[in-house]
Amino acid sequence: MAYPYVSDREVRLLSTYFGDPKQRHIETYVKRGGYSALEKALGMGPDDVVEIVKSSGLRGRGGAGFPTGVKWSFMPKEKKKAHYLLCNADESEPGTFKDRELMRWDPHQLIEGCLIGAHAIRAQHVYIYCRGEFFEANQVLARAVEDAYAKGYIGENILDSGHDIEVTVHQGAGAYICGEETGMMNSLEGRRGEPRIKPPFPAAVGAFGKPSTINNVETLCAIPHIVKNGGEWYRQWGTEKSPGTKLFCVSGHVIKPGNYELPLGFPLIELIEDVCGGMKDGNALKAVIPGGSSVPLINAEEARACKLDYEGCVDVGTMLGCASVIVMDETTDIVKQVRRMVDFYAHESCGLCTPCREGTTWTAQILRRIENGKGTEDDLDTLMEMTQNMVGTTICVLSDSVAAPVQSSIEKFRDEYLALIRRGERVGAA
Amino acid sequence: MPVTLTIDGQEVTVPKGTTILEAAKTIGQQVPHYCYHPGMSSPAMCRLCLVEVEGAPKPMPSCVTTVMDGQVVHTQSEEATASRKAVLEFYLVNHPLDCPICDMSGECSLQDYVHEEGRDSGRSREPKRVFGRDDFGGDVLFYGDRCVMCTRCVRFMSEVEQDTRLTVVDRGNRSVIDTFFEEGLDGTNWHGNIVDICPVGALVSKDFLHKARAWDLEHTPSICTSCSQGCNIDLHTRDNLVQRLKPRENLDVNGWWMCDHGRENYEWINQGTRIEAPLVRDGNGGSKAVDWKEVLGALLEQANGAGAVKAVASPLASNEDLGALKALVEALGGGETVYRSARAEEEIVLKGFPSLARRKDLSANTTGAELMGLERAGADDATGGLADVAGHDGVLVVLGDALEDQPADFGKNAALYVFLGSHESEASANASFVLPVTTFAEQEGTFTNVAGRVQRFWPGLQAPGMARPPWLILGALVAELTEADLPRTAADAFAALASAVPAFSGLTYDDIGTRGALVNEPVQLSGD
Repeated sequence: MAYPYVSDREVRLLSTYFGDPKQRHIETYVKRGGYSALEKALGMGPDDVVEIVKSSGLRGRGGAGFPTGVKWSFMPKEKKKAHYLLCNADESEPGTFKDRELMRWDPHQLIEGCLIGAHAIRAQHVYIYCRGEFFEANQVLARAVEDAYAKGYIGENILDSGHDIEVTVHQGAGAYICGEETGMMNSLEGRRGEPRIKPPFPAAVGAFGKPSTINNVETLCAIPHIVKNGGEWYRQWGTEKSPGTKLFCVSGHVIKPGNYELPLGFPLIELIEDVCGGMKDGNALKAVIPGGSSVPLINAEEARACKLDYEGCVDVGTMLGCASVIVMDETTDIVKQVRRMVDFYAHESCGLCTPCREGTTWTAQILRRIENGKGTEDDLDTLMEMTQNMVGTTICVLSDSVAAPVQSSIEKFRDEYLALIRRGERVGAA
Repeated sequence: MPVTLTIDGQEVTVPKGTTILEAAKTIGQQVPHYCYHPGMSSPAMCRLCLVEVEGAPKPMPSCVTTVMDGQVVHTQSEEATASRKAVLEFYLVNHPLDCPICDMSGECSLQDYVHEEGRDSGRSREPKRVFGRDDFGGDVLFYGDRCVMCTRCVRFMSEVEQDTRLTVVDRGNRSVIDTFFEEGLDGTNWHGNIVDICPVGALVSKDFLHKARAWDLEHTPSICTSCSQGCNIDLHTRDNLVQRLKPRENLDVNGWWMCDHGRENYEWINQGTRIEAPLVRDGNGGSKAVDWKEVLGALLEQANGAGAVKAVASPLASNEDLGALKALVEALGGGETVYRSARAEEEIVLKGFPSLARRKDLSANTTGAELMGLERAGADDATGGLADVAGHDGVLVVLGDALEDQPADFGKNAALYVFLGSHESEASANASFVLPVTTFAEQEGTFTNVAGRVQRFWPGLQAPGMARPPWLILGALVAELTEADLPRTAADAFAALASAVPAFSGLTYDDIGTRGALVNEPVQLSGD
């Protein structure tokens, strides 16, 4: 298949049909075994579906890694109000491009996962909140939903099971904060995209004031496979605490960047050197951000010790996040790289909480000054202390995400900051 | 169900569902905050009210965290004060620090909090973001650079006035409060409140702009006279002039709010055309100023056998004044007393606090007048209705009504015409005695509001010249004519009223206090 790069180290469950445009057609999807998991799930009680997912140990792929089955079990068992399943397809973390591919190439896999999830949490309506800039994914999804309605997989009395589930694809308007689950609910309701205070948690008071569960695209895409083959089957990959496979979005200075589906616990260094064909131009590895821009970056030494699962990343002082591996070689100007990430957060802060509203821009201003050779050594202390004041003091974790790259880069690449401050020397030309 | 918790080492018992911030208030601990306001929803976004709760992984916003049994809260611990110090530093990153020219200086909570708990010096060396000034329409100017983005103003307009005129535009530190198109706040009736609830100098009153510094103002508790709602207010005075009116919290009457109509209607109090000394007319058009002893002596002399009494009273006069007038009319042999009061066609209800409205009746004490048996006269614009009175040939007493619509010969036929007024008026031309009285802002007294709540007000201004409260003047006359004691204080005058009018019986100034107390009779205003 023509999908950019594939590797024989991959275990392709979710990404089997990447690069195959035929998979978008409902006939092909059904012929290849699609929607059989839905049929199986609809024949089971909602709680039994939750049990299967619990037994698989599947953890949320949006970044936090919370066990999906446990999350589903928080929903009220008795349906007194409407329930909603919200699919978080607002993939906007810098460095992440897995959900986009899942939606582009295999939209019915997601729809099937959504329908099973909706059944499991007794939801009668699924909203797929798709990032506004994903024009193609939005179109493909909308078409797929239409087809699935026509074939009776969505709507009233699905497959004669007596269950009614509606699916709506909602195109966002382009705000990072709407990928935060409560910000997404606000946006869906037509309000300003701002996070809500928890408690109440979405399982109690969610979208439109009703119990809701929010799951990531990749999480829901794994559901049909788990329901079809069972929880134990899924556990054959990955580790005890992080079972299954995960899509890794590799970008940066590697020869073959791209999406790779690998079992969790895969060594980071093998991902770079084997799966991705090694470092570009033979340059030395300098730093890696293993989970998207919101997690601390690690240096080459830590990268060599890092196992790509939820626990393995914590062991080297970072997080798996949404597994967006950004690889940086020796030519990278770390200060500039960090400043560009902070600029992103300053631009995307919703402005609700003061530490984030003021702190993100302030951090970016200081970094820019350092980058321009006008920094002082005191600035580094200010950055460390001030970003720490942005951790845990806000409603959502956007401002915590600024602290991660800033603090980790100052700790690990202090020399680079000092070179700029003392002599105006820049590294590389990135 | 009461919940017991510990705040700063002190045990507190409060009802279930109370927030930590409100619970702390009960032991006198004010947790600094901006976005929280008891009259509106809490977005918990200013992050200033974070407190340490034992067992919680991170500092909790006390404005939305409800109390739990056995909870241990620290509002002054190292963690809590460090968190406030940190947040305050963020507030100052883009704040212009233009306190010397800011109207809010002296009553600004950013100023206060930073003085109390902020850093000694700021660390930001970056250029500040600039928004400049914006006219929001109505009485409101917006200084965007001073704004702390608490969104109280946005929430007041959408939740309390329920006329969404303000919103937050853009995001991050570019976010700013703005109006919709050119419409702004024009045509709204409660927008003055957003200036009150703005914790900093971002929203300022055009009327008050650069008029006085906050620390030069004296605050006197009073009652708004612009309608019969009786909103509790403070008179803010300087140089013996009222500079502005501000609402005073009273959940039974006006919450934290007052209407723009009442707020803007204060300049009449400052008018300089005051009657400053008692005048006696000699019958040839001449008049002379005399002292109180002389004027009252002469008046009593003339009153003897002058005939039936007709009186006109203003519903802006206090209960004490009206009670003393009623007593005088009776002492002079009885007669009828009328009042005239302007009425609007519609009430203007504050939707988010529906017990508060700009009432139809546009005088402070119409209910008091009705309870004392005064008859309403004239049209809804407070004119006419005095045909009987104008040509009356007995004793004529006018209290407070300026009689602007009355003919030049008003009271010409009266055997005795006594005019008690605060401001000069042409209708007093024929009065044999013109007696200078104080306005409500210069005397102590009570008004009875539309719901029958008797509410006290206090003097915030010095009375000009020899002006005295009407209850004192009228009370002195009554004391001469009857066995009654001379009232020496407003409380005495109220006690006399309470013993004479059943609706007020049993009430005392102590009972009424600063919150008011209800009269004994159900209230029904004529015309309602």
